[in-house]
Amino acid sequence: MAFNIIVLAKQVPDTRNVGKDAMKADGTVNRGALPAIFNPEDLNALEQALSVKDKYPKSKITLLTMGPGRAAEILREGLYRGADDGVLLTDRAFAGADTLATSYALAMAVKKIGNYDLIFSGRQAIDGDTAQVGPQVAEKLGIPQITYSEAIENIGKDKISIKRRLDNGVEIVEASYPVLVTVNGTSEPCRPRNAKALQKYKHAKTITERQADSSDYIDLYSSRPFLNLTEWSVEDVNADKVQCGLSGSPTKVKKIQNIVFQVKESKVLSDSDTDMEELIKELIANHTIG
Amino acid sequence: MNNLFVYLETENGVVAEVSLELLTKGRSLANELGCRLEAIVAGVNTDAVAKQVIQYGVDVLHIFDDERLYPYTTLPHTSILVELFKKEQPQICLMGATIIGRDLGPRVSSALGSGLTADCTSLEIGDHEEKKANKVYENLLYQIRPAFGGSIVAWIINPDCRPQMATVREGVMKKEILDKNYKGEIIVHDVNEYVSESDFVVSVIDRHIEVSKVNIKDSPIIVAGGYGVGSKENFDLLYKLANVLGAEVGASRAAVDAGFAEADRQIGQTGVTVRPKLYIACGISGQIQHIAGMQESSLIISINNDPNAPINAIADYVINGDVETVVPKLIKYYRQNSK
Ligand SMILES: Cc1cc2nc3c(=O)[nH]c(=O)nc-3n(C[C@H](O)[C@H](O)[C@H](O)COP(=O)(O)OP(=O)(O)OC[C@H]3O[C@@H](n4cnc5c(N)ncnc54)[C@H](O)[C@@H]3O)c2cc1C
Ligand SMILES: Nc1ncnc2c1ncn2[C@@H]1O[C@H](COP(=O)(O)O)[C@@H](O)[C@H]1O
Repeated sequence: MAFNIIVLAKQVPDTRNVGKDAMKADGTVNRGALPAIFNPEDLNALEQALSVKDKYPKSKITLLTMGPGRAAEILREGLYRGADDGVLLTDRAFAGADTLATSYALAMAVKKIGNYDLIFSGRQAIDGDTAQVGPQVAEKLGIPQITYSEAIENIGKDKISIKRRLDNGVEIVEASYPVLVTVNGTSEPCRPRNAKALQKYKHAKTITERQADSSDYIDLYSSRPFLNLTEWSVEDVNADKVQCGLSGSPTKVKKIQNIVFQVKESKVLSDSDTDMEELIKELIANHTIG
Repeated sequence: MNNLFVYLETENGVVAEVSLELLTKGRSLANELGCRLEAIVAGVNTDAVAKQVIQYGVDVLHIFDDERLYPYTTLPHTSILVELFKKEQPQICLMGATIIGRDLGPRVSSALGSGLTADCTSLEIGDHEEKKANKVYENLLYQIRPAFGGSIVAWIINPDCRPQMATVREGVMKKEILDKNYKGEIIVHDVNEYVSESDFVVSVIDRHIEVSKVNIKDSPIIVAGGYGVGSKENFDLLYKLANVLGAEVGASRAAVDAGFAEADRQIGQTGVTVRPKLYIACGISGQIQHIAGMQESSLIISINNDPNAPINAIADYVINGDVETVVPKLIKYYRQNSK
C-alpha cells in the first residue's frame, strides 16, 4: 500500500527574530533584514507526512509552495529531509494574494498534481498567523479537513485517525481519504537533513534558477531528471487570473497607520536597592499589591 | 436580510464567553448600521441558549439542534452556515478566534468566496472611496488588526464580497447585558434541510476536555516575561515573584517561541487579552502585537535594560535594569514590607 501525499509549505520572514536590528528608523520592520525560513509548523507537517512514508515506504511526498522564485529554497530543504518532489507555484499574477486567493491557487495546483490521498499543511504561517489557508484549500477541493493535528494515531487502507490538540483537551477523529490535515507546532519536530538526500538534491533547481545560473550543468539535468524542480505559472495550473493575486482577494488594506502610543508620564527608576524598596512600599501603600 | 450574524459556540449548552462578547460588539455595530443582530447556534441542549443570549440584544436566534452536531465537526456546521447565509445574505458575520472559529470561519469564507480577517483587535463601521473606480462604499466593516511590522495597525475591508467576516479573540471585546427583558424571535430550523449524509465523514471517536489550568485572563496581577528573560530557568524567578504577589505568569510570543513558557500564557493579538490592575513586563520590548493584549492594564511596570524599549512609553514605572537583578529585589522587599 502507498499514499500520495502533498505537503503545503510556505517560505516566511522569520518574525521570531524581529529584534532591534530589524527595525527601521520609522518603526517598521525591515523585511530584507529578516532571514527567510521554512514556516515552522510546515516542518511539523512534513514530519507527519514522512511518518506515513516510514510506515508505507512506497508513498510519495510532493512539497507544494507558492511564492517568489527564491521560495525554491524550501523545496530543496524539504527534499533534504525526505520529500520526493517539489513544485513551485510562481507568477506575477499571484502577487498580493490574501488567504482566499492563495488557497484558490494552491487548490488549482493540487488538482494538477492530482490523485492525492492526503494533504498536510501547517496550522498557520508565522507572518500572518491566520490559520486560514489549510481549511480554505480543503473547501475549494471539496474534501474534509482535520485541523490542529498533534499526531497520527493510526493509518490504514481506508481510514486515518488523528489526535487533535484543542485549547483545553484532546480529541481523536477519524476520516477516510482524501483528507487535508493541518499540523500543530507542538507535534513531533521534523527530522534533520539526511546526508544522502543532501548529496542527491544539492543541485536541484527550478528552470528559472537554471537559466540564471551560468555554469554548465545542462547534461546533469537531463541525466538526472529528479534535479528538475517543477515550476508552474497561472496558465500551467489552468487558473483564472481574476481569482488570483490582488484581483482575487476580497480583503483589501484600506490604510495602514503608525500607532503612536499615548505616552504616559512614567516614573523612571534604577535597579538600586533604595529605588526597589521605595517602589514596593508605594505599591503596598496604594493597595496595588499586598 | 443583510443583518449582522454572530456564530455562537456552546459546550454542554453553555454559550462561550467570546460569543457573548461578540454579541455585545455586534449589537452596537448593528445599531450603527440600522440592521438586526442575529445569532446562530448549532449543537445539542440548545433549550437554554435563548435565555442566555437574547438579553444581549439578539433580534433573531437561529437554532439547529441535532445529536450529530455535537461534538463540533467541520462539515455539518459549514453546511449550515453556508446554506443559511445564501438565504439570509448577511452583511457581516463574526466568530470567536477559537479552535472552532478558526476551523469553521475559513471553510465558510472559502465556500462563499468572501473575505475573512483573523484576530481583529477592533471593529468599526465606516465608508470607503475607491478613487480609480470613482465609487463610494458606505458602511463597511473596518476590520482592524496589528500588521506585521513595527507599531503598525491595518484597516482591512471587504468592499465587494458578503458577508464581511472577522474573528476576534476572547477578552478583546467587553460583554454587557443590554436588557434582561429584550424580545427576540427564535427560529428552530430543520437540520436535515441543511446538512447531508456526506457531511458526517469525519467522526469524533474520543474526546477529553479539561478546564484550562492557567487562567491569566482573570488574574488581577500579571508578571509577564519576554525574550529578554533569557531562559526557562530565569522564568522561575517570575514564578517566584508571581507566587509572593498572588499573581499569574504571562509571556510574550517570543518567549513562548523560545520555549521559556507554555503557549496558553501568551498575551497579545494572537494570545490572550488581559486587563489586570497591575502588569509587570519583564524583558518585553513592546511590539504592537503584544501591546494590543495588555494596554488596558491599570498600572504597568516595565523592567528592561534598554531605556528606549517601546513598552516604556506606556509604562507607569520604568525600571532600567536586568530582570535577573531586579526581580529578586522586588521579592525581597515585598517580603520585608508586606503584612
Ligand atoms: C502575526 C503576528 C502575531 C503576533 N502575536 C503576538 C502576540 O499575541 N503576543 C506577543 O507577545 N507577540 C506577538 N507577535 C510577536 C511580536 O511582534 C514580537 O516579536 C514579540 O512580542 C517580541 O517579544 P519580546 O518583547 O519578548 O522580545 P524582544 O522584542 O526580543 O524584546 C526583548 C526585550 O528584552 C530586553 N532585555 C534583554 N535582556 C534583558 C535583561 N537581561 N533584562 C531586562 N531586559 C532585557 C530587550 O531590551 C528587549 O526590549 C506577533 C507577531 C506576528 C507577526
Ligand atoms: N504561499 C503558500 N504556499 C504553500 N503553502 C501555504 C502558503 N500559504 C499558506 N500555506 C499553508 O497554509 C498554512 C496556513 O497558512 P496561513 O493561513 O497563512 O496561516 C501554512 O502553514 C502552509 O502550510
